[in-house]
Amino acid sequence: MKRVIQWLFLGAITMLLTGCASMVRPWDRDLLSEKKMSTNPNPWMRSIDDHIYFSKEGSTGGDDVGGGGCGCN
Amino acid sequence: MLIAGLVWSESKIAPSFELPTPNGTVSLDSLRGKVVLVDFWASWCGPCRQSFPWMSKLYESYSPKGLVIVAINLDKKREPANDFLAEFSPPFIVAFDPDGKTAEAFHVPAMPSSYIVNRDGTILFSHAGFNLKKAGEVENLIQEALKQ
Repeated sequence: MKRVIQWLFLGAITMLLTGCASMVRPWDRDLLSEKKMSTNPNPWMRSIDDHIYFSKEGSTGGDDVGGGGCGCN
Repeated sequence: MLIAGLVWSESKIAPSFELPTPNGTVSLDSLRGKVVLVDFWASWCGPCRQSFPWMSKLYESYSPKGLVIVAINLDKKREPANDFLAEFSPPFIVAFDPDGKTAEAFHVPAMPSSYIVNRDGTILFSHAGFNLKKAGEVENLIQEALKQ
């Protein structure tokens, strides 16, 4: 029983570690740049949030997906 | 966005495909004996807008000598692709691969990507991105391939 739990634990850890390892393929970028993929699709809310972040932390950007592009970089 | 890079230029057999076009299907195997420029594009891809007029000119100059251009569209939806095609009305073959299976087989590294396939079905040259400055080099390679 203990062995089974150990294996399950190991499996869960492996899945967690590899969960984010999928690469976005260049031809899938159209889906990523769609409005619904944005964390906050409301532009007003986004600008307010951005203003708060900027005022609090003195930095801005990095809160959105990277748009289309040719995938060259 | 317009960074264009050479990916590899080794001889390798091009993965075969059979894809739908606006009027039937196209397969790479049926084009054996011709020099084929396989181009992967999408309606949302900026450099593709530059590459289409260039490819149209290329096709007009070299199709009598045996060049075939197959532009494979990778849009998930057909409507934006159709709008793009209505704008450019390319004279060459356009195929549709919304699942991207062909792109996967060719290991497409960027949008657009193009491959020159020799008359014997091997990949002569592949190119990621599109840059008008580099287009001349590609044209030279096509001329060489057509002489073989």
